[in-house]
Amino acid sequence: MAVEVQTKPATQSPSREPIVNDFSITIATKNGSGSQTANATILRALFKMGIPVSGKNIFPSNIQGLPTWYTIRVNKDGFTARKDESEILIAMNKATVIEDVQKMKPGTMCIYSDGLGYTPQRDDVIFYKIPAAKMAATSGLEGKLRGYAENMAYVGVLANLLGIEYVELEAALSHQFKGKAKAVEPNTKTIKAAMEWAKAELTKTDPYRVERMDKTTGMITIDGNTAAALGAVYGGVTFAAWYPITPATSVAEALGYYLKQLRTDPATQKPTYSIIQAEDELAALGMVVGAGWAGARAMTSTSGPGISLMAEFAGYAYFTEIPAVIVNVQRMGPSTGLPTRTSQGDVIPCYFLGHGDSKHPCLLPGTIKEIFEFSWRALDLAERFQTPIFLLTDLDFGMNQWMSESFDYPDREIDRGKVLSAEDLVRLKGNWGRYRDVDGDGIGWRTLPGTDHPLAAYFTRGTGHTDRATYSEKPEDWEGNLERLNRKFESARKVLPAPVEDQVDGAEIGIIGFGSTDPAIVEARVLLAKKGIKTSYMRLRALPLSESVSSFIRAHERVYVVEMNTDAQMTQLLRLDTPELAARIFQLNKNDGLPLTARWISESLQKMEA
Amino acid sequence: MATPTTTQPRGSAKVNRLGLEKSVYKGLDSTLCNGCGHDSISARIIDACWELGIKAEYVAKFSGIGCSSKSPAYFLSRSHGFNSLHGRMPSVATGAMVANNTLTGIGVSGDGDTGSIGFGQFKHAVRRNVPMVYIIENNGVYGLTKGQFSATADVGQELKHAGLNELPPIDLCLEALVADCGFVARAFAGDPKQVTELVKAALSFKGTAVIDIISPCVTFNDKDDSTKSYSWGKTHNERIFDVTFVPSYEEITVDYDEGQAKEVELHDGSKIVLKKVDRSHDPTNRMAAITLMEQAKTNQLFVTGLIYINSDRPDLRDYEDLPETPLALMPSSVTRPSKESLTKLMQGMM
Ligand SMILES: Cc1ncc(C[n+]2csc(CCOP(=O)(O)OP(=O)(O)O)c2C)c(N)n1
Ligand code: SF4
Ligand SMILES: [Mg+2]
Repeated sequence: MAVEVQTKPATQSPSREPIVNDFSITIATKNGSGSQTANATILRALFKMGIPVSGKNIFPSNIQGLPTWYTIRVNKDGFTARKDESEILIAMNKATVIEDVQKMKPGTMCIYSDGLGYTPQRDDVIFYKIPAAKMAATSGLEGKLRGYAENMAYVGVLANLLGIEYVELEAALSHQFKGKAKAVEPNTKTIKAAMEWAKAELTKTDPYRVERMDKTTGMITIDGNTAAALGAVYGGVTFAAWYPITPATSVAEALGYYLKQLRTDPATQKPTYSIIQAEDELAALGMVVGAGWAGARAMTSTSGPGISLMAEFAGYAYFTEIPAVIVNVQRMGPSTGLPTRTSQGDVIPCYFLGHGDSKHPCLLPGTIKEIFEFSWRALDLAERFQTPIFLLTDLDFGMNQWMSESFDYPDREIDRGKVLSAEDLVRLKGNWGRYRDVDGDGIGWRTLPGTDHPLAAYFTRGTGHTDRATYSEKPEDWEGNLERLNRKFESARKVLPAPVEDQVDGAEIGIIGFGSTDPAIVEARVLLAKKGIKTSYMRLRALPLSESVSSFIRAHERVYVVEMNTDAQMTQLLRLDTPELAARIFQLNKNDGLPLTARWISESLQKMEA
Repeated sequence: MATPTTTQPRGSAKVNRLGLEKSVYKGLDSTLCNGCGHDSISARIIDACWELGIKAEYVAKFSGIGCSSKSPAYFLSRSHGFNSLHGRMPSVATGAMVANNTLTGIGVSGDGDTGSIGFGQFKHAVRRNVPMVYIIENNGVYGLTKGQFSATADVGQELKHAGLNELPPIDLCLEALVADCGFVARAFAGDPKQVTELVKAALSFKGTAVIDIISPCVTFNDKDDSTKSYSWGKTHNERIFDVTFVPSYEEITVDYDEGQAKEVELHDGSKIVLKKVDRSHDPTNRMAAITLMEQAKTNQLFVTGLIYINSDRPDLRDYEDLPETPLALMPSSVTRPSKESLTKLMQGMM
């Protein structure tokens, strides 16, 4: 066999220290080539070896053929943010191999398929050429499936070079294929063959190794969309309507999968929920609002363009006070935009979505575990405050596999909010008003259609109305109503998830962030600390902003707001909320479609400090 | 024929079978123009619900935006009402009717609300067979925004500011038929008996029952030569049937000759008796219904009555396989899975 093993690069000292559990792997393939299974297998095997990992798919908006890069970060210290470069490249795509290799730092390594017809042109990178097609033949598969098996060839070779345990690879495959031996076997055959081949034919000259640790005990791997769906399931969702859109689609799909499993009435085999694929997002929210009005726990899930279509209903539901949960898995741009890239560009649009003079509580989970928690809490909050609640995640959270603490069961009873029953109405002698603020928190009591009392009914209307929901154009009624809505909003501010703070003694600099940028910020703070720059950190978890935000800002000379959008939307909201402190608030935003890296945050912050 | 055993709401009876007077079924005072066709339709809805002895607390009223869509405030004040967004009544009703399967839905929309901005939602609601009465108060014009053309305006229709309409009208009965609607009717607001009987029949229909009611706008489109005017309706209304609705708790008391009438039974055991007038039309033949509507559209004929009936299609609640307990009232013990189930799921992801 013509095996090419690069002689040790001239620039490298012959006795390189092994690098253990601290590197990134980029796997360059073509979209639709079936590499997801292989990549997920590596990720899970490493996770089961107790090593902290994260996986990010940088994929094109295309079904088949365009380049895809999957990066796996292995980090013993638990840093899971994306890195700018990888130390290991697995090149399986002819179209990008030259460019991909060019990006490699000296001393790094590359595994490439002999099918690429590629001849290495760098001598400062360690190359391993593998006969991927030949190895795939050992799977016994034919045609397209055989092609998929080529991915298992790099799994096997990588496993041999790094020391990934075979049993964990096999277990990972079995986990993915839900134990179906017929699906698992062809893949394990190829992996085994590749491992044996590598053992016999390759001389390892790179320093990268993995070693078993115990840092993932009790942790799970899951994507954010599944976490959001599960949150809704445990939040008691009874109605969902949606329209397909990347990267939100898998929220509805996971919802269907788990609801079927967990919410089928054992006696009748009937679902205790309903999911409707609507004709568009406008109708999806319309259905959710109709269902919420009638008393269902209702939600929808979408992304940017869907949010645009939902605007009129969001404003209406705010004004007429109807519960609804809207999960927004953020992505870039209008229409198609960059549908497979991540962003935090919908903060202001969601916060104020509607006709004007409308505003909505937005939940901003910063971990996968929080996505689950905020998702069930969103259903409670929507009914408690009788208003739309937005749950803002993003593509990075939603579609990538994350390592996460396992989820806690809801720690409180389901909250159905203020609903008057027929018996309540008897007790009240029918004296009630839908929009009357009897409790001083701005929240009225509602009745559900089908309440058997002659005075239960009221008329929901987008027009001006009195506190009994009757038509009114009186200026004092309009103003009074909006003032009450503001009071209600203030009541919500008090109970929404408070920011998480890490105030560091003597730090002049504060960092404010939210959402999926958390891992990058956490790591950036370590990088900055190494440079002697102390930082405090406040992670926002909801809009409207908590009152504690202003004291955090006040406690620091300069506050940098890290976010993934072009208009520095959270920065603007912070300045709006604390105008007297606006001069201390600086934007640290980037919006290139990729998850932020710790290095970018740390270097950009230092540049701004200079 | 046997005398019915239940309280008869017809004639001079003051109370219906629930012991309620008609006034109980009223709404607030209308704020529409004097003589507006929409008001007479509200009155017919009140008649139909009272006569049938419907429990208004279990009715949900829906509408979009327009003069027509204001009317749910003017009937059934004991029913919850939802005056939604322009053109978006269907989606709201869809959610609500699924959320609570004990509700009867009555929707009122306009020709603009349904035929223009809400056209897509209308067709999809029909496709899903959302269980509700879907009334279109069709005046060929936008009333509330003061006299622009709607998509049902006939060729040649003239409006004060908008001028002459040259585009062909959208026929909402045809659209309903094409979308597989199982109950398609057309009526004239100035023909109270027919409207009442059709509304009654629609209330018993399982699925979307579309009634396109020509309802003149006295302010913006009531010139004699307008096909949506009172005088046109009065002179051109060509009933294909005399429609009589016989609720399940009543026995048939109408006289008709076999061969001259058709009897259609609905899911709840009620019957619609269709007495032929002068056209021969089989209302259970969808192609015949489509042809009839095409002819009517081409020749500006004002044929009214139950154009098509087919109660075989499952409705949305069947498609969704809803449980007996309304989703809206599901107790938390059902809606929140157990702690053990979460632990098990988590273990599977470890
Ligand atoms: C999104 C939106 N666009 C426009 C309007 C303004 N508008 C209110 S009613 C109406 C037309 C109503 O016409 P139709 O449905 O025929 O009802 P009619 O008043 O004739 O009974 C329009 C365009 C609105 N309320 N909402
Ligand atoms: S403008 Fe026309 S449709 Fe509107 S209330 Fe007056 S008559 Fe009726
Ligand atoms: Mg109109």
